[in-house]
Amino acid sequence: MTSSEKFTSMLEAIGLFVAIVGLIVLVASRFGGRRGDRVVAGVFLLPTVVLVLVGLVYPALRTIYYSFYDAAGSHYAGLDNYKTIFTSSDQITVLRNTVLWVVITPFVATAIGLLYAILVDKAKVEALAKAFIFLPMAISFVGASIIWKFIYEYRPDQPGVKQIGLLNQVLVWLGGSPHQWLINSPWNSLFLVVVMIWIQAGFAMTVLSAAIKAIPEDIVEAARLDGVKAWGMFRFVTVPSIRPALIVVLTTIGIGTLKVFDIVRTMTGGQFDTSVVANEFYAQSFRSNNQGLGAALAVLLFLLVVPIVLYNVRQLRRSETR
Amino acid sequence: MTALASRHRAFALTASLLTLTLAVTACGSSSKKTRSTGPECAAYTQYGDLSGKTVKVFTGIVTPEDALLKKTWVPFEHCTGATIKGTFDKSFETQVLVQAKAGNPPDIAIVPQPGLLQQLVATGKAVPASAETTAMVDKNFSTDWKAYGSVNGTFYAPPQNASMKSLVWYSPKEFKDKGYTVPTTLDELITLSDKIAATGKKPWCAGIGSGEATGWPITDWMEDMMLRLWGPDEYDKWVQHKIAFNSPEPTAALDEVGKFLKNSKYVNGGLGNVKSIATTAFQDGGLPILKGNCSFHRQASFYAANWPAGTTVSPDGDVFAFYLPGKTAADKPVLGGGEFMLGFRDAPEVHAFQTFVASGEWATLAAQGGGGRAVSANKAADVSKCTCSEIDKLAFQVLQDPKAIFRFDGSDAMPAAVGSNSFWKQTTSWITGQSTKTTVDKIEASWPKG
Amino acid sequence: MTTADAAPAAPLTTTPFVGVDVASGRAKKKLTSRWASLVAVIIAVLWTIPTFGLAISSIRPQGDIQDSGWWSFFSNPHVTLDNYRAVLSSTGTGGLGSYFLNSFIIVIPSVIIPIALAALAAYAFAWIDFKGRNLLFICIFALQIVPIQVTLIPLLTLYVDSGIGGSFWAIWISHSIFALPLAIFLLHNFMKEIPKELIEAARMDGARHVQIFFRVMMPLLTPALAAIGIFQFLWVWNDLLVALTFSGGTSDIAPITVALANLSGTQGTAWHLLSAGAFISIAVPIVVFLSLQRYFVRGLLAGGLKG
Repeated sequence: MTSSEKFTSMLEAIGLFVAIVGLIVLVASRFGGRRGDRVVAGVFLLPTVVLVLVGLVYPALRTIYYSFYDAAGSHYAGLDNYKTIFTSSDQITVLRNTVLWVVITPFVATAIGLLYAILVDKAKVEALAKAFIFLPMAISFVGASIIWKFIYEYRPDQPGVKQIGLLNQVLVWLGGSPHQWLINSPWNSLFLVVVMIWIQAGFAMTVLSAAIKAIPEDIVEAARLDGVKAWGMFRFVTVPSIRPALIVVLTTIGIGTLKVFDIVRTMTGGQFDTSVVANEFYAQSFRSNNQGLGAALAVLLFLLVVPIVLYNVRQLRRSETR
Repeated sequence: MTALASRHRAFALTASLLTLTLAVTACGSSSKKTRSTGPECAAYTQYGDLSGKTVKVFTGIVTPEDALLKKTWVPFEHCTGATIKGTFDKSFETQVLVQAKAGNPPDIAIVPQPGLLQQLVATGKAVPASAETTAMVDKNFSTDWKAYGSVNGTFYAPPQNASMKSLVWYSPKEFKDKGYTVPTTLDELITLSDKIAATGKKPWCAGIGSGEATGWPITDWMEDMMLRLWGPDEYDKWVQHKIAFNSPEPTAALDEVGKFLKNSKYVNGGLGNVKSIATTAFQDGGLPILKGNCSFHRQASFYAANWPAGTTVSPDGDVFAFYLPGKTAADKPVLGGGEFMLGFRDAPEVHAFQTFVASGEWATLAAQGGGGRAVSANKAADVSKCTCSEIDKLAFQVLQDPKAIFRFDGSDAMPAAVGSNSFWKQTTSWITGQSTKTTVDKIEASWPKG
Repeated sequence: MTTADAAPAAPLTTTPFVGVDVASGRAKKKLTSRWASLVAVIIAVLWTIPTFGLAISSIRPQGDIQDSGWWSFFSNPHVTLDNYRAVLSSTGTGGLGSYFLNSFIIVIPSVIIPIALAALAAYAFAWIDFKGRNLLFICIFALQIVPIQVTLIPLLTLYVDSGIGGSFWAIWISHSIFALPLAIFLLHNFMKEIPKELIEAARMDGARHVQIFFRVMMPLLTPALAAIGIFQFLWVWNDLLVALTFSGGTSDIAPITVALANLSGTQGTAWHLLSAGAFISIAVPIVVFLSLQRYFVRGLLAGGLKG
């Protein structure tokens, strides 16, 4: 394929897409009034629903189906795969780690993102300051694992051997001896969680900063006239005003954390009791050739997200009645 | 439509930016190759005229070895007119399965594990070898090697390269200075290790870190010990699960590995304590030998590529390897690995290319190319033309010797749930403190039922 | 990149608001600013150090990287461009250039398509009343959890059967599908923030949904679209799995991440190559972020409306 062929191909795709959107808009614009609403909603949603049905719903249903079958997907196995997840000691460690990840990552990443967004809000060098925190988001997971190798790497405490991991070097400078950070469970999981927080704080900071800027100035002014101090401003003005954005950020990071497997896979390969459900699902499906157990782990992911979904349903209801 | 219109404008801008990139990347020529019939092509007439035909090959062999591999394909392309289009990607092992299951396999996959070969054949998309390919393999390879490329009695995949794993890397300089001699039995190896340990130096160094495959070097260790302690027949029973993983023989073999790798007097030279084995990348595991912090590192012949540029690999150079000795000096079992060319398209050019790779011409070309791709188990390879290292020559000698006891890497032949999951995982836990009994019990429990 | 010059077209400019904000902001900041700055600097430093280490490593010789930490660069500075040279020349016959081009070809439609579709869908969910609206919205939102890996084999089978396996089309469609649930969720929330009165007023004036969508929503949502566009850009640019599976790894259509993943080759721990390669692939997202950042500074909704 030559470069110009690639380019033509891309133009074709975009052209085709513009034509499809144009058609949708054309159809929708012919319907007005309250009665036409259903038609407009229908055409607006049609492409999304089709794509999602084919690309996500069908594979998800297929996965649920296979979770009741054996490793090769040929014999019905009832609940055996689920039994394995909740009885084998390795799998229970996996569950424990997943809980650890999901409980810590969204809250810490959001808290840091929020704190930073408030601190640099309206500062002179705000754009630059934000770029620093955003930077990790621009780095692929593979890149991130290389970066963190230079933090966690261990070299023995011997004459002539220098540390190449920053964390150990700091320990040595403080008079301690180097430590193998990624070996001892459950602390090693925390060191991996740090990487995820490092990546996700930029997302939280970006969205929350934008939300803070949308807080009407007169509310802030009124509060200040009432003598509200910094903490009070945060507690009674900022947080309530950006509540919807906070929920969006927590939800998004929470779901992203449930699905994360690249960090674990590239940094420890799931060894030393650091595996999480998403990584275990990947290992069982693609390395162990155990389709059934892999599918059951994926279904477990679907179930783990239910609390997050329910919480959002409640928020949705609240905003409806607002 | 303002938003769409402006998007279009934005797009035009991007387009002009991209045109710059276009100027940088040259447009590839797509002229069709034609067959050449010069005298250099005499050995290739058997494959016929394949002008305009393309064979897509998918492999996990990556830089710098991909270039060596491509070079061996050139005469075939030149003399038959066929085009061999290679895709070289590290994630081959998972990708090829996804592709095969989705009905989109390559024409030929270069499969390094018999276990994966079985999984691929089980997708129903693989094509058995042609009569010509089978005849070529029968002529040039031992029945063992043919069996590795077969599934349930049907021959599918001719072997490509081979490697020898039963090697211990050491420093010939150190041996000369200290007056050590290369051990010829396991006991001698232990005696020498003790002697070095008594001087305060940790004699062995190892690293098993390999991303999600962390732990595999221990599986090689254990296979070597299985062969040495119990012989090839017990080894086969173990690999085929005719004896349980937690029965006495494998347990003893793992304990034997423990005498080296879990012995805090022996390891981990230049790298830390026993646990540091788990976090050291396997590529770095032997490097302390160069600095004099370690004396021995057990790793396959391909480790030759891991020494930094400027290291001389020879019997009197900076590093070299000796054969990991057997129980007695006469006892010389060899553990090794190899790759197999599994076809997915029933077409003359695909079969012809498979036949070519099984031929003596190809094996000689590979040997001439040297590097990490020199060695094969092909009896028709002209070793005299090999630009290989001493290690490669040793490997050739063993692989071509009909009397040598050769066994394929057992974990590669075990079911994936063991060979590419629990075996790695549990032996890694074993290094970081788990007992031998728990380790073999857990691996046994993970063996697929039925 | 795509929405960058859509900004001047937006009828509602917010510059006056920003001006006021900055002025009053400076006045009020004086009290806490010293401690605030200190904390901000600490966070910024902690967040930047890891990447900074990578940057330093990428210009150190191979031997130095393996033997000492990157901070020893400052006491013993050896600078080399060999790592970059090796990366740029080592990736196959096409060189890194063709992978770079592929990344662009992949990323542009993969950003435009899902965001445009998500905007339409989010509008329907936020501002059109129809039966089962909340249920459908929740279903699509919940689909975020479906791991991409479970979709690989069914989707690839579908692409192969319809003859687009191993083409850009397969990658574009896949990225669009995977992006939709999150993009719809985010855009829906931003659209909900727009005051109801504004929409009601437009409807009173006889505006239809299409007109409201383009004349009211789009100008207000430009910053939000830019933000989501950046996130989508980053995810697609850094994606390895989708590209690998649906391109089959061929240099014809594989993006730069595929080339970088194979950089270290047989030698696995070629940190010198990996750090240089990682830096090359970071460059483009950073440029995109910096050039679109003004939208973030202004706010996700085009400012001042709620007051």
